[in-house]
Amino acid sequence: MSQPLIDLVNISKSFDGELILDDLNLSVKENSFVTLLGPSGCGKSTTLRIIGGFAMPDQGKVIFNGEDITRMPPNKRQLNTVFQKYALFTHMTIAENIAFGLKIKGKSKDYINDKIKYALKLVNLDGYENRSVELLSGGQQQRIAIARAIVNEPKLLLLDEPLGALDLKLRQDMQYELIRLKNELGITFVYVTHDQEEALTMSDTIVVMNKGYIQQMGTPEQIYNEPENAFVADFIGESNIVPGIMLRDELVEIFGAKFACVDKGFGKNKPVDVVIRPEDIDLVDPEKGTLEGVVTHLIFKGVHYEMEVTTPDGFEWLVHSTDMFPVGKKVGIHVDPFDIQIMNKPASEDEEAVGVNE
Amino acid sequence: MNKSTKQVLAFPYIIWMVGFTVIPLLMVFYYGLTDRSGTFTFANVMAIMAEDHMKALLLSFAYSIVSTIICLLIAYPLAMILRTRNIGTGSFVVFIFILPMWMNFLLRTMAWQTLLEKNGVINSILTMLHLPTLNIINTPAAIVLGMVYNYLPFMVLPIYNVLAKIDNNVINAARDLGADNFQVFSKIMLPLSVPGIISGITMVFVPALTTFVISNLLGGGKILLIGNVIEQEFTKGSNWNLGAGLSIVLMIFILISMTLIAKYDSDGEGTAF
Repeated sequence: MSQPLIDLVNISKSFDGELILDDLNLSVKENSFVTLLGPSGCGKSTTLRIIGGFAMPDQGKVIFNGEDITRMPPNKRQLNTVFQKYALFTHMTIAENIAFGLKIKGKSKDYINDKIKYALKLVNLDGYENRSVELLSGGQQQRIAIARAIVNEPKLLLLDEPLGALDLKLRQDMQYELIRLKNELGITFVYVTHDQEEALTMSDTIVVMNKGYIQQMGTPEQIYNEPENAFVADFIGESNIVPGIMLRDELVEIFGAKFACVDKGFGKNKPVDVVIRPEDIDLVDPEKGTLEGVVTHLIFKGVHYEMEVTTPDGFEWLVHSTDMFPVGKKVGIHVDPFDIQIMNKPASEDEEAVGVNE
Repeated sequence: MNKSTKQVLAFPYIIWMVGFTVIPLLMVFYYGLTDRSGTFTFANVMAIMAEDHMKALLLSFAYSIVSTIICLLIAYPLAMILRTRNIGTGSFVVFIFILPMWMNFLLRTMAWQTLLEKNGVINSILTMLHLPTLNIINTPAAIVLGMVYNYLPFMVLPIYNVLAKIDNNVINAARDLGADNFQVFSKIMLPLSVPGIISGITMVFVPALTTFVISNLLGGGKILLIGNVIEQEFTKGSNWNLGAGLSIVLMIFILISMTLIAKYDSDGEGTAF
């Protein structure tokens, strides 16, 4: 457990002169579920392809289990990939698909048959051996793709947006299925997605990426509750990002009002970005709040009401609350100190992308 | 669209089929199964057993099989290479291969005649370079060359089409599961391209088997294929009954060949390789 299972060291990669990954460093511990999360074009799929061996980094090293595998072809690597849109072999039966890797490794017929049975049971498709791949639904094809990969007992399973083509209900079912599989098999998962909810549900560790840089890496709770910059705060869930001035430790000024917070070490009178989640804003009587505003928008969302509260400076605060305040009502805004997240203001767009690893 | 509208729209095609396929076919059968006086006979069909005719038929089979194999050997690697190119380059090269098809088939074949002649273009250049001359005009080699040249695009296109449709991730998946380059080819690419190979073979083999133009122009009239025999019965010999009878035999042989190939396809999918 001391050394990481996979270690990406100073990886850079460009396509057609465009830099996709810039000096990326990433360690994945054994038996973890790591999700690479980011918008399309952020470099997450390229990172996965480099681990899988389908793309060569221009610079840097890929260390797997202590061994440098940067130049090793994919068929020699002790890991398997579940591809986007499944990539099943349509000219083979389900059993032949699952047996493909084992046959190439020259395993015995009995061993292969046992494995096929075991894998189909694991993905809840027992008895499907001789069916044709093309007659399966998307969710079933996805399960076969997973079964085909895990029978080879890889140390590491790479999943490239495997649920992207499924509908919402099926996607949620498969999320639980994947967590169960991971726990049963004890395989390390590296998962790529652009769906923040998927990432929050399944991962031990989320790596938020943008523009070829890692923006933040941490547990789902850390990423959600303590985003390190505006990009992460904005990409993961909904949030109010407002400019503020850090007056001193544990006190921040927002639109002229002083809020107590728990952050320290930003110095005195320093401009910062403040993140406040919509569900962390308490609406109170105007005189009891730190800031005063008027409800300008109200939508019933089922679990909660979604409101917009406009403060005199013109900022529209997004508020989620189970209490309803009608449009036009004057309200006070109150936020508990530990619900306020302070971030350094980026000096430039580049810094926004880089300066988060430290 | 209701049923009667559909029937109205189908009408022109039915006329076409009846006028240009069914009736001509019936006429071939009528002529083939009667003699000059109109009496029913199998003599025209059985005439294939005559030594000359049988030799021409076997020769046709031999040439078209050889040509089909050569086409396949050239087309498959080409289609594999084109597949890996990006769409722009790939389709441009395919376009280059198809371009000659826009010119008249007869002209193309006559062009080869001029090129291959004893004092033709190729030999003039070879002589100029003090190289030994190429004397293949009026030989089987020239006929096979003509067949390969004319029918190669029909082999390239269907194979390229099936190969281009294979998702890159399917190949990546095979590599991911441990397959080396040869295994990716033999277990994935080849089986997935069988339908393209089958239609390529069909589209080269059948016209090569029945051609008489290529053998006429490049074989110098010395080498008689079954197509030449049939053509001569209709044009020079004016024995339509015999020509039609031999045509029926040829049709039956093509039908048998196609059935064999199609059977190989359905049996072979996925397991034959």
